[in-house]
Amino acid sequence: MDLPIFLIQILNSVQYGLLLFLVASGLTLIFGIMGVINLAHGSFYMLGAYAAFTLSSLTGNLFTAIALGVILAVAFGYALEWVFFSFLYKRDHLQQVLLTYGLILVFEELRSLAVGDDVHGVPVPASLSASIPLGSTMTYPLYNLFISAACLVVAALLFVLLRCTKLGMMIRAGAANREMVQSLGIDINFLFRVVFALGVALAAFAGMIAAPASSVYPGMGNQVLIICFVVVVIGGIGSVIGALVAALLIGFIDTFGKVFLADYSGILVYLLMAIVLVWRPEGLFRENAA
Amino acid sequence: MAGNDHGQQRRRIVQALGAAGALGAMGAAAPAFAQSTKLKVGFMLPYTGTYAALGRAIENGFKLYVSEQGGKLGGRELEYFTVDDESEPAKAPDNVNKLIKRDNVDVIVGTVHSGVQMAIVKAARDNNTLLIIPNAGVDEATGPLCAPNVFRVSFSNSQPGLAMGIVAALRGYKTAVTITWKYAAGEQSIGGFKETFEKGGGKVLKELYVPFPNVEFQALLTEIASIKPTCTYAFFAGGGAVKFVKDYAAAGLKDKVALLGPGFLTDGTLDAQGAAADGLLTTLHYADNLTTPRNTAFRLAYAKAYSSKADVYAVQGYDAAQLLGIGLRAVGGDIGQRPLLIRAMAAAEIDSPRGKITLSPSHNVVQDFYLRKVENGENKSIGLAAKALADPGRGCTMG
Amino acid sequence: MSAPRRALLILAFLALALLPLLAGKFYVDLFAKIMIMAVFAMSLDLLVGVTGLVSLGHAAFFGLASYMVVLAAPDQYAPVSLWTSLPLAVAASALLALIIGALALRTRGVYFIMVTLAFSQMVYFVFHDTKIAGGSDGAYIYVKPQATIGSWSPFDLGNSTHFYYAMLALLVLTLGLLRLLLASRFGHALRGIRSNEQRMRALGFNTYAYKLAAFTLAGAIAGVAGYFAAVQFGVVNPEMASWHQSANVLLMVILGGVGNLFGAIVGAFALVLAQDFFSSLTKHWLLPMGAFIILVVMVLPRGLIDTLQTLRGWAGRRG
Repeated sequence: MDLPIFLIQILNSVQYGLLLFLVASGLTLIFGIMGVINLAHGSFYMLGAYAAFTLSSLTGNLFTAIALGVILAVAFGYALEWVFFSFLYKRDHLQQVLLTYGLILVFEELRSLAVGDDVHGVPVPASLSASIPLGSTMTYPLYNLFISAACLVVAALLFVLLRCTKLGMMIRAGAANREMVQSLGIDINFLFRVVFALGVALAAFAGMIAAPASSVYPGMGNQVLIICFVVVVIGGIGSVIGALVAALLIGFIDTFGKVFLADYSGILVYLLMAIVLVWRPEGLFRENAA
Repeated sequence: MAGNDHGQQRRRIVQALGAAGALGAMGAAAPAFAQSTKLKVGFMLPYTGTYAALGRAIENGFKLYVSEQGGKLGGRELEYFTVDDESEPAKAPDNVNKLIKRDNVDVIVGTVHSGVQMAIVKAARDNNTLLIIPNAGVDEATGPLCAPNVFRVSFSNSQPGLAMGIVAALRGYKTAVTITWKYAAGEQSIGGFKETFEKGGGKVLKELYVPFPNVEFQALLTEIASIKPTCTYAFFAGGGAVKFVKDYAAAGLKDKVALLGPGFLTDGTLDAQGAAADGLLTTLHYADNLTTPRNTAFRLAYAKAYSSKADVYAVQGYDAAQLLGIGLRAVGGDIGQRPLLIRAMAAAEIDSPRGKITLSPSHNVVQDFYLRKVENGENKSIGLAAKALADPGRGCTMG
Repeated sequence: MSAPRRALLILAFLALALLPLLAGKFYVDLFAKIMIMAVFAMSLDLLVGVTGLVSLGHAAFFGLASYMVVLAAPDQYAPVSLWTSLPLAVAASALLALIIGALALRTRGVYFIMVTLAFSQMVYFVFHDTKIAGGSDGAYIYVKPQATIGSWSPFDLGNSTHFYYAMLALLVLTLGLLRLLLASRFGHALRGIRSNEQRMRALGFNTYAYKLAAFTLAGAIAGVAGYFAAVQFGVVNPEMASWHQSANVLLMVILGGVGNLFGAIVGAFALVLAQDFFSSLTKHWLLPMGAFIILVVMVLPRGLIDTLQTLRGWAGRRG
């Protein structure tokens, strides 16, 4: 493998890793702060992708669609937490698994009723549809670079939120010690609602920007869900920086695995997870949210 | 008091059991009625997932022929049962069981996905149910698993690949990389291409696989660019084909490494693929612009009935109905006359929109394969890739 | 066990025994499948309900035994003896459970859940991606294992009705053996570990060894279920080892009620019958299915079986 190709594969890995990070960061915050195992998190990714499809067909412009979509996702997340998830906190993990599993099914069918079950493509906006020549044979789609850039921007914003704002401080405190935060008189309900909405928005946004590159199809939520759990566990539950490191790591293993060890690439990711868990069960970065 | 409660409980349970028993007995007694009732046709097709459009086209084609015959085949009206197989082999045994044992269908028409097809063929053999395959090309169905009650009106997976390998070698391509989904259809299609390509002097440098129905191609497209073959042979269909062709063009490979494939890469997908598909060469047993009166009439009728362009899947569905019709006419609608029915179907000469076709001893289609080029949103035939190509039917012990 | 409970059990058994005489072929097959899943669910209940180990990777043992049916047969058409291939498959599952358990039991709580998931996904990908069997399409056997010993053929697994009764016998046998186990010292120790592991250790029990034994046993029983699941239709597929399958069986256990094994059986029946019922109603059956699951967990947090008892309690009070 020569250098240009190697660099392109690195680009591919980073792109995949960053997308995973966006989805997983929401999951780790929800898991870490609210203590809820949310199996339906992959569904938010899927719903985001389908939203991008419907909204961009309606408005004709992907960027407007994404902007609208994020607003809708935040509202949806806020409402969902209020109406459903707030009842899950007192339940044990087993019941949360069941309830959120039921939620996956409900979301899948609602989407099926609303938009159907076909596989859809979302057109890449004309401004980003060029391809950059890299190396002698290949060109790299500009849109894929845009995905990585967008993810980096969002990741940066997330870190700023967590490190430099009061809300971020409350979130980090909540991830480290939920009971203490409650006893300090912080409105925990509001905090939970915000964190949940944030998590949903992150996952939905990831689905939206990924849609033109990866197609919109019914099973996409399930696929991303399981990998996200791996990311969260390897990175450390509640740790956003852990999620970033783990997501990039998995991006590399998956991309290079597909090329060099095609028959074993699936196994490698889980092997890594098993090793981390047996050696360092709390994950690579303990509960230090960002 | 307590004693009464128990008595009540016991009586209620016995009543419930009795009712269940009665219902069960009725259910078991029902299928005694025969010819005066409608013929039960079971569609086991993908109505969701990457192959959903294919499933719909097949059903449309089938029903088009039936409506052209006035709603009856062999003098009998049809009753349809459908099961969505979701292109998932894991659920296939349960799904086909529903058609065979719950709905008691007389004939199964299905399916698209070769992995699912294996389960259907197995169930059809185990239960001696008539099966007409309208698409899935899994070699085994007319190979080691062939059976008198199993018919295929489409193709076998290796056929289009065999044809394209001949074309590629003739056109002077020396090296190739193959890419496809990792399941029976993909592997057999690649196998066909490799066989004739290497016999013609070419060499397949690497075989790339993607898990079904994954469409993340970026890493592998990069790998193709790194290997720099003279051509790429790709098998994908439905939603996956749309994405692959578009991604291939976006990766800048289209003008550097010729993209070849079986016709599934461009059938039913041209609208979605747009300019990315222009000029692509594929081999298939059908082409949109065949100028025979039969094809023209068929395409017109299909467009009128379903407001969309007919593709190879619609043709195959249409021919499945034709085959069934031929059989039913020979037995006067009495599907119970199995030996006569099978003989008639095996000897059938079907007037298909793709040309006249017959069946080989292993019940697969013997047909011409066209070389097609994508022009103006149509798969135009530019000549024959292979004439009267019969599936080798290796391992079949019939006929 | 109370008299009315025993009566209910006997009635249920009679109903199952009479079913093939009353219902069509489709339902005989369906109920045979449910009984296999009930055995699978009971094995998981041994872990979840009795020992307090929540495993999200139990399908690995189920799937491995299924694949052994195909892998151990010299070719697809050769008849093998049930009495050699079944122990082989179960031994394989037990061995896998021993290995995975030895590693996984070093973690606890939510991490244990995740580790079991990770290992079972590895097993899944071995069958899905490598060339061991048919990959994502699965693999087939065309001749069912023979139950013949010498010249005596007690039953034919290829016959739906024989298969059904064999599964009924399996269900009753497994239930009986597990109940005996629960009543033994070993069973009591497991329950002790679930309620307070530290105390058990303080009392001198090697809790790791007990947990590992339970994990291995549960894996072996899951293997029995997996074996017959493969034999029923002669089809194996990597999905039998997927996390969906693990989640499915966990659902059955929780839905029915953890801890007393009957819950697992009730859960298996309830879940599969609900799936069958909803899917015959509408093609969008996942919606009522999802709603059903949510409703049951919200309203009956301790599972169906416990709630039946509560209802009886209410009825008794009014009577």
